[in-house]
Amino acid sequence: MLNFPRWKTIATIATLVVGIWLALPTLIPASFWSSLPPSVAPKINLGLDLAGGSHLLLEADANDARQLRVESMERTVRDAMRGERGSDDDIAIGDLQRTANSVSFLVRNATQVDAARERLNTLTTGAQLTGQRTWDIEVRDTTRVVVTLTEAGFDEFLRQSMVGARDVVERRLDGFGTREPTIILEGEDRIVVQVPGIDDPGALKELLGQTARLEFRMVTENFDAAEAAQGRAPVGSMVVPYANQQGFEVVSRQVMISGDQLEDAQQSFDQQSGSPVVTIQFNSAGATTFSRVTRDGVGKRFAMLVDGKVLSAPVINEPINGGSAQISGGFTVESANQLAIALNSGALPIELQVVEERTVSPELGADSVRRGAIACVIALLVVMAYMIMTYGSFGMLANIAVILNVLIIIGIMSFLGLTLSLPGIAGMVLTVGAAVDANVLINERIREELRRGRNVLSALDHGFKEASTAIFDANVTNVIAGALMFTFGSGPVQGFAVVLMIGIITSYFTAVTATRMWVSHWYARKRPTELVL
Amino acid sequence: MRPLFKIVPDNTNIDFMRWRLPAIVFSALLVLGSLTAIFVQGFNWGVDFVGGKSFHVVLEEPVPIDQLRARVDSLNLGDATIQEFGAPNEFSVRLPLPPGDDSQSSAQVEQVRAAIVAAYPGARLDSVETVSGKVSQELATDGALALLIAMLGISLYIWFRFEWQFGVGALVSLVHDLIITLGFFAVTQIEFSLNAVAALLTLIGYSLNDTVVVYDRIRENLRKYRKMEIEPLLNLSVNETLSRTVATNGAVLLAVIGMVIIGPPSIFALTAGILFGVVIGTYSSIYVARFLLVPLGVGPDSFIPLEEDGKPKKAIDENAGAVV
Repeated sequence: MLNFPRWKTIATIATLVVGIWLALPTLIPASFWSSLPPSVAPKINLGLDLAGGSHLLLEADANDARQLRVESMERTVRDAMRGERGSDDDIAIGDLQRTANSVSFLVRNATQVDAARERLNTLTTGAQLTGQRTWDIEVRDTTRVVVTLTEAGFDEFLRQSMVGARDVVERRLDGFGTREPTIILEGEDRIVVQVPGIDDPGALKELLGQTARLEFRMVTENFDAAEAAQGRAPVGSMVVPYANQQGFEVVSRQVMISGDQLEDAQQSFDQQSGSPVVTIQFNSAGATTFSRVTRDGVGKRFAMLVDGKVLSAPVINEPINGGSAQISGGFTVESANQLAIALNSGALPIELQVVEERTVSPELGADSVRRGAIACVIALLVVMAYMIMTYGSFGMLANIAVILNVLIIIGIMSFLGLTLSLPGIAGMVLTVGAAVDANVLINERIREELRRGRNVLSALDHGFKEASTAIFDANVTNVIAGALMFTFGSGPVQGFAVVLMIGIITSYFTAVTATRMWVSHWYARKRPTELVL
Repeated sequence: MRPLFKIVPDNTNIDFMRWRLPAIVFSALLVLGSLTAIFVQGFNWGVDFVGGKSFHVVLEEPVPIDQLRARVDSLNLGDATIQEFGAPNEFSVRLPLPPGDDSQSSAQVEQVRAAIVAAYPGARLDSVETVSGKVSQELATDGALALLIAMLGISLYIWFRFEWQFGVGALVSLVHDLIITLGFFAVTQIEFSLNAVAALLTLIGYSLNDTVVVYDRIRENLRKYRKMEIEPLLNLSVNETLSRTVATNGAVLLAVIGMVIIGPPSIFALTAGILFGVVIGTYSSIYVARFLLVPLGVGPDSFIPLEEDGKPKKAIDENAGAVV
């Protein structure tokens, strides 16, 4: 048992050296390492609670998403039944209805029901792997066609929307000039955004809270004012409020140009009034449409809407060619800039809401690091003094093992790119206490075997052997607890669990394997006949 | 280098079994008291589990807490909980969820920030946490689930490694520790946050760590001393592992106390919870986990593998009969 083969000695020492090497970049001042590329010297990642910064959890509004999806199906159905250019291809439909989950309509000519169904069929696809279609199509009472969004279809839509939303969020953060943000999809309807270094995410939240769906629509001038005030508009029109909540406009249901035809948006100033505006530039298709519509509509007004609210509704004085337009609407420089960023990054395919925010200022973070480090060092010193007093030389070995353990934890975390959080520091302190446990068990066992009258070699041998089952079982319970914390926990619990698990696993190595190596080499050299422990 | 002293003298022979009855009464009282505190007083729930907003405000100068309270109340954002936090110019401010609409929560943060900075120039919001109702419910469910699964998982592991009586003993002592530590949070009104859950999970892993070491020794002794009655055998096992229990828990206590005193106030719930848990876990692994084995019927035959004809094998341990 005590003979420790050469290859094992080499492997153990090599492991220790690598562990310490990996920990050095974190512990030694940056100036020393700055000459090396970061891949050679990875430093441990500090969590936002230590580095300062903002953690935002964004959640998609599933009901809103469902409504959007069904609304877009309503438009698709209308277009599909209209068919190709020319009226001979039309399928006449009526009584188009929309529920939370489905669109239904009557086919006026019963002989065309199958044709209608056929057209819709080509519009639905199989939802990935589920074997379901994205939409169910059925015919009720011989002429009513009902198109229902399936759960699989909705899930797929949600998944695609979230992937799209993540990209938009990424572009917006880029435009905002934040450095090194982390953006991760979580679950089926959430996005985690972590931005280090900021302590007031107010503007950021506003930026991400905007869907930024830009639409230009013609204004309907002929309407009954009393009806419109009640929210009722003539057929083909709808009532939309102003963004500043002052009044409303009645606009066409048909969108003239939308944000997806946008090429660029910039904050600028109006040449006459000098007030902040957003200047936009459409792509060539958008520019063509814009020029055609403004040519046909000289003297009329069009409304510029963002997220279903009117910003302004200017009169078309002359045809606008070149596809450039100016959005005004009581902006400040900041809010105009925000809208420009939002428009440039594209509309969010789905509305997002901040459901959790955790922000820590860099000052508090630095203070936590300082206090955590002091507590860690004091814990180490106290425990070390205690071990030396109780176990003498063997306590010293345990101490070396504990220090190596802390270094290796830091090394592994740096290497794997894991994040050290404040609870993680607490986990490290706890590991210091728990890591000596293995050595305590071994030492106590050796003492006991000596008392039973065994000779030194046999006592050492039995000490290590008998103690290791208990050490193993005891550590497994801690690893189980750690793994569960990591799986079910969030934020601080996970940060704690990571360090705890790594610490327990490495402590088995430092306290059992490495200590045994030192003891066996010491015994081979000294061959003591007496051991005081 | 020689050891300076021995914390526990060699060959102790303390009759722990004699105090079994007082221990049972003590445990029962602690559990009852904790349950009463939990149900009567309840927890000081943090925003993690009930939703709402929590700020850590740092002012340039100390101000009377009532003045700050009046300023925050004037915003009409609901009942504010304001406490001093580490220093006389640092406060923790907690506000409930806005009724009805979660989406307002985020906007209200900016409102509070603006009001505090306007009233106290140079003031800083060092940390801000807002949690919506839905997220806080999920965090609560996940936390409870993690605790439950941890207790069951670890007990199953003990059953698998030892015998079912040991698994049950472990489970009962875990429930015992958990209730009393929850009672500790209820009595002290330390904010019950995610950090508190981390403390409870640590306690579960840690208290069992102790229990396993003791069980391991009981198993060994059961194999070794086949003729010994169960009660003296348990006593012997406690005494044999006593110095280890004291030494390890001493080391852990020393490490954690430092963290409680010097560590950042924002993880006080975690460190204080672990500190209390270490103490109660040590007690329960000596008294609760161990002595439960007697009524559960662990005896000299528990670890003797059966021959194919159903009769126990002869002594199997190489150390059987070693000098005591």
